[in-house]
Amino acid sequence: MKINEVILQTVTRVVVFIILTLALYLFFSGHNAPGGGFIGGLVLASSLVLLFLAFNIETIKQGIPVDFKLVAATGAAIVLLTGFGATLFGQPFLTQSFAYFELPFFGTTELTTVTIFETGVALAVLGVVVTIILSISEDV
Amino acid sequence: MLTINIAIILPFLAAMFIIIFLRNFRQFHIGWLVLLIPGLLFFLIFQHIPAIANGQTFTNQFNWIPSYNINFLTYLDGLNMIFGLLITGIGTLVVLYSIYYLSTDQSLISFYIYLLLFMGSMLGVVFSDHLMMLYVFWELTSISSFLLIAYWYQRKGSRYGARKALMITVLGGFAMLAGFLMLYVVTGTFSIREIIDSSAMIKSHPLLLPIISLILLGAFTKSAQFPFHTWLPDAMEAPTPISAYLHSATMVKAGIYIIARFTPVFGGVEFWFWAVTSVGLFTLFWASLTAIRQTDLKALLAYSTVSQLGFIITLFGIGSLSFHPNIHVDTNTILYTQAIFAALFHLVNHSTFKGALFMIVGIIDYQIGTRDLRRLGGLIAFMPITFTIALIGSFSMAGLPPFNGFLSKEMFFTAMLSLKEFNIFSVESVATLFPVIAWIASIFTFVYSMMIVFQTFFGTYKEHPTANPKEPPFGMLLPPITLGLLVILIFFFPNMLSDYILKPAVYSVFATANLEPFGTITLWHGFSKELMMTIGVVLAGVTIFLLRSYFKKIYILFPQMLSFDTIYNRSLEFGDWFAKEITNRYMTGYLRHYMAYIFLVFMVLLGGSLYFLDAFSFTTQNDQSVGPFSWILAGTIAIAGMSIIFAQSRLTAIVFNGYIGFAIAMFFVIFKAPDLALTQLVVETVTTALFLLCYYFLPEWEKVPRRINWVNIIISISVGTIFTLIALSVNSGRLFDSISTFYEHADELAGGNNIVNTILGDFRAFDTMLEVIVLFIAGIGVYTMIKFKQTKGASKIED
Repeated sequence: MKINEVILQTVTRVVVFIILTLALYLFFSGHNAPGGGFIGGLVLASSLVLLFLAFNIETIKQGIPVDFKLVAATGAAIVLLTGFGATLFGQPFLTQSFAYFELPFFGTTELTTVTIFETGVALAVLGVVVTIILSISEDV
Repeated sequence: MLTINIAIILPFLAAMFIIIFLRNFRQFHIGWLVLLIPGLLFFLIFQHIPAIANGQTFTNQFNWIPSYNINFLTYLDGLNMIFGLLITGIGTLVVLYSIYYLSTDQSLISFYIYLLLFMGSMLGVVFSDHLMMLYVFWELTSISSFLLIAYWYQRKGSRYGARKALMITVLGGFAMLAGFLMLYVVTGTFSIREIIDSSAMIKSHPLLLPIISLILLGAFTKSAQFPFHTWLPDAMEAPTPISAYLHSATMVKAGIYIIARFTPVFGGVEFWFWAVTSVGLFTLFWASLTAIRQTDLKALLAYSTVSQLGFIITLFGIGSLSFHPNIHVDTNTILYTQAIFAALFHLVNHSTFKGALFMIVGIIDYQIGTRDLRRLGGLIAFMPITFTIALIGSFSMAGLPPFNGFLSKEMFFTAMLSLKEFNIFSVESVATLFPVIAWIASIFTFVYSMMIVFQTFFGTYKEHPTANPKEPPFGMLLPPITLGLLVILIFFFPNMLSDYILKPAVYSVFATANLEPFGTITLWHGFSKELMMTIGVVLAGVTIFLLRSYFKKIYILFPQMLSFDTIYNRSLEFGDWFAKEITNRYMTGYLRHYMAYIFLVFMVLLGGSLYFLDAFSFTTQNDQSVGPFSWILAGTIAIAGMSIIFAQSRLTAIVFNGYIGFAIAMFFVIFKAPDLALTQLVVETVTTALFLLCYYFLPEWEKVPRRINWVNIIISISVGTIFTLIALSVNSGRLFDSISTFYEHADELAGGNNIVNTILGDFRAFDTMLEVIVLFIAGIGVYTMIKFKQTKGASKIED
C-alpha cells in the first residue's frame, strides 16, 4: 500500500510556521512567563522533526543546509563563553546581569545576559536532538 | 600583577586561535607564528627579575567560584620564576628547533596545539597558588604529554609509550589529589602560602604520613623516580624537540617543583627526609648504571635524565634538614640550605646541557637516520659544530671544568659529605654510605657521558644508505649553540645567575636562609675533598669506559623477568583480563537486564538507606484533598500502565506509554506548573518520534506464550512502592528549613518573574551549563556510535 502523504505535507507547510513562531515566543517569554531556552530549543527541534517526517530527509537537508553538530557545538560554546564573560568584569564565573532600557518601539525593555545564555541552551538542545534523530534515521 | 595570568592563559588562547583560524594555514611553517608566544612570555617574565631579586613577590587573585573557595590564585616568587624562565626560554629554543626538525607535510597544527597546551598548563602548575588549580594543570600536562608522545600514532611504540606515561603519571596525580584534599582537611585552605604558614599544625597532625606519601607519589611518578622511572625511556618515541622540552627540561621537573614547594611545609620531618633522599639517591645510582647498557642514544639520555632528576631530588632531601628545629643554627643551616641552592643550580644547569644534548641527538637522527650507538661513529669529520656542542654538553654532565656541571657537582659532593655533621634521624649510620653511592653514580654518569661523545663522533664512520652526513641547517644548530654557550657562560659568571635567580629562589623556600658564605660560587676551592672526589671519578670513569665491554657483563646479573617493565606489562594484562571477566558476567546485551540492575540499585541504595535512616515517615493530615479530576486522571494512567503489559503489539505499547506521558503533563497543569507541563508535552512528542525511529531496529515482538515472571513483578512493585513512599515523605519530612523563600525575590535578584527560569539561567546556571555539556556529549556519542561503528571485515587503520 502506498501511503498518501499529501495531507500531512500540506498541513505541515502551514503548521511549521506556527510552531516556529511558538518556539520564538516561548524562547523570549521565558524570563517572566513559562518558556525558556530549553523548551524553545525543543519546540524548534520538533518543528524540524515534523518536516523530516512529512517530507524526506534529503529534501529538507537541501532546504536547510545546516550541520546540526555544529549548531550543538556552537550552543555549548556560547553557554561556556557567557560564563567567562562575567569574569571579564571581575565577577564570579557565570554571574548574570540585567538592566532596563528605553528602546524605541518596544518601550521599557529589560535586557539581560541570561538571554545569551539561554540562546546557547536552545541551540545546544536543537542541535543535539536533530543530530540524534538524523543519525539514527540515516542508519536505516 | 596580571602578567602571570596572561602567561598562563596566552598559550591556551593561541592554541584556540590556531584551531579556529589557521587550520588550513599553508603559506609558511606555522612554527614561526608559534615562536612568538614563548618568546613574548620569556620577555614578560624576564622583566620581573630585578623586582624578584629585591625580594618582592607578586600575587593575583581572581574569583572563580568564591562560594566554594575556588579561586584563580597565582603567585610569582623566586622559585617559580626559575621554572617560568625555563619553560618559556627552553620553549622558545625548542619551537625554533622544531621548525627545522618537522617538515610541513606532517600534521603541524596538532603538534603546535599540543605544545601550546602543554606550555600553558606547565606555567599553570608552577604559578598556581591554589592546590586544586595546580592539580588541574598538573593533569593537563600529563594529557598533553600523552598527546605529544603519541604524535606519530601510527607507530606501535609511540602508542605504547604514550599510554604508559599517562597511566603512571595520572596514577601519581590522583594520589596527589588525595594528598591535597587531606591537606585541605587539616588546614582548611587550598592556598599553598597559607599551608606553608600552618606548617607546624600539619607536622603534629595524625594525617602527616599519608599526606607526605601521597604527595611524594605524585612528585615521584612525574619526575620518573625509581620505581616509576620506566615510563620515561618509552616516552622517547616522541619527536625529539618534545623529548628535549617535556621529558628533560620542564615537565619531568614538575615533581621537583612540588618537592621544592612543599619543603617549607614538610622539611624537618624524618619521613620526608628519608623518603626524598633515599629515593633520589637510589634513582641516581640505578638509572646511571642502566644508562650505560643502552644502545639507543635517546634511551641513554632518558636514563641519564632520570638519574639527574634523582640527583636534584637528593639535594632537596638534604636541604629539607635545614628546617629541623634541633640543628645547629649557625653552621648547619647554612650547610643544608646550601643543598637547596645546589639543587636549584643543578636544575638550571641540567636544563641547559641536557637540552643541548637532546637537540644534538635529534640532529644526528635527522642527518644520519639512526640513533643506534652501534651504527654510529666517526662523525667528527662531517659535523664539527655538532661535535663541539655534544662535547660541551657531555663534559658538563660528567662534571668536568670549564662547564657549569662541574660547579653543581662539586656542591653536590659538599652536601653529601655534610651529612655526617648531622646527628638526628640516625643519619650518622649512613653518613658514609651516602657519599659513596653518590660517588659511584657519578662514575657511571661520567662513563655514559663519554659514550655519547666518543662512540658517536670518533672511531670509523659507518655507511648508511639514508645518511646525509653534514651539518644541519643553521636554524637547527642555533638552539643547541645557545644552550652550549650558556653552559660555558654559567661556569665563568656563576654569580650573575646566583644573585638574580638562584638566591631569590632559595629565599622563597627558606626565608631566613643565610647565604653569605655560599651564595658566591667560586671556581676554585683549593685541593678540597670534593676536588679529590672529582679526580677519582675521572680516573675510575676512564678505566670503566675503556673496559666497558667487560663491564657490561654485570648486567647479566639483573634478570629481565624482574624488571619494572615486566611488572607494568603484566599488571596491564591482568587488568584487561580481570575487567573482561567481570564485564562479561553482567553485560548480557539485554536491555531488560540493564533496567533490572538500575532498579535493583535504586531499591537497595535509595530504599535501603532511607529505610535505615527512618526517613519514610509521613502524615496525610496536611495534604490537600484529591479532586475528582485528579482521581480520573490517575485512574486512566493506571489502566494505561496495566495495558502495556498485556498489549498485543509494540505499537499499542508505545501509544499507551505516550498516553501516560501526556496524562502526567495534565497533572502538571492541574497543579499549576505550566513550565513543567510545557516541557513534558514537548519532550513526550520528541521522544515518541524517536521511539518510532528506533522501531525499525527492534527485534520481533515476542509471540511466545506468556509466563508470569515473578522476579520482574517483585522488582516493579517494590520500585513503585519506594517511589510512592519517597514522594509522600518528601512532602511531610522537614529535616531542614525550606529554601524556597529565597526565590521569592527572584525579580529583584535576577530580574525575572519566572522563578523556574531564573533558577535555571541564573541562580543555578552552573548546573544548567554542565547539563548542556552532558547533552552535547551524549549527542556526539550517539552520532559517533552510529556513524563510525566498525563494519565487519573493515581494514584496521593502525598497525
